Amino acid sequence: MDVRRPPIWECGVAALACVVVSVIYLASYLPGKPNTVPAYVLLTAATLLIVAQLVMIGGLSSFSRSSFHEVAGWSLLAYVVIGGMIEYVFLRNHTRGEELVLLTWGLVLFIVDVPLILGFSVARYQRAD
Amino acid sequence: MATAAPTVEPTHGPPPALPEIQIVPRGGLPFAAAAVVGLIVAIAGNWMWAIDFFHVVGGGAWTTLDLFLGFVLGPIIGRMSIPARIEFSARFMPKLVLLIPTLVTMTLASGFQLAHNLGFLDSSYPRHGWIVASFIVVGIMAVIAIGYLEPANIAVLFELKKPQPDGELIAKLMKRFLYTAGITGVMQVATLVIMTRIAT
Repeated sequence: MDVRRPPIWECGVAALACVVVSVIYLASYLPGKPNTVPAYVLLTAATLLIVAQLVMIGGLSSFSRSSFHEVAGWSLLAYVVIGGMIEYVFLRNHTRGEELVLLTWGLVLFIVDVPLILGFSVARYQRAD
Repeated sequence: MATAAPTVEPTHGPPPALPEIQIVPRGGLPFAAAAVVGLIVAIAGNWMWAIDFFHVVGGGAWTTLDLFLGFVLGPIIGRMSIPARIEFSARFMPKLVLLIPTLVTMTLASGFQLAHNLGFLDSSYPRHGWIVASFIVVGIMAVIAIGYLEPANIAVLFELKKPQPDGELIAKLMKRFLYTAGITGVMQVATLVIMTRIAT
């Protein structure tokens, strides 16, 4: 059932790693303000990797889209709730300005990326629709 | 004196019937929800004892579970036959789907709030290097858990729901699951070192 696929899962994990590194970088300088260029570079790379993931998934000809949508949809719901809680913590701890923008950007990427990884990881082993 | 020949019980029968698989065990949802609601209330009310409780209990259970899974249960499962692994996975994996995210959420959310309240997040804190080290360890564990472990877990459960599960595929995914559980077990040892360094 496991046929050779484009590097969709690899892009997802690389995007996740970029988001995690950017958040660790920003958090390690609290409450000071670090040079934000590395964070922008990492988050831009993660965004491009997620877009590449979406394009590759959209281009798959033989794929169980129903399984993908089922897993990714429920995961997205769960991660929107988790992400909402994390955003609340950012706001409650008075995170503001550019720092809040960068952390929220990373959070949105995280919320989108994880369901894509989970959905693809399950659907790749299912019979194509 | 004649002795009766020992009777040999047949060892090969029909494969054991698999239990009905629930990807997310519904019976556990109220407990997980109660833990998360308690966590939110503790953080919103900024109750130090409750925040400390969630961090210690969640962290202790998560660390123990990862160490047990990686170093005790993992090698045992690795030596099981494929039908035995399938039956074990069918009963065990759904519980992890609920248990691990709940423990991780409890530990990290309360830990961040605790560190914030105690001033540990401030870069002027003398042991800030250890705090950053804990971020890095958690970051590595997050990538491994979300990128490798959780997808393997969910994929196994979907395979088990099929009328004819592919034993080879389940064995392959379980191997990935067990290797990554071993790596997170090692990372948990690093967590124990860091946390005890911060606390003393």
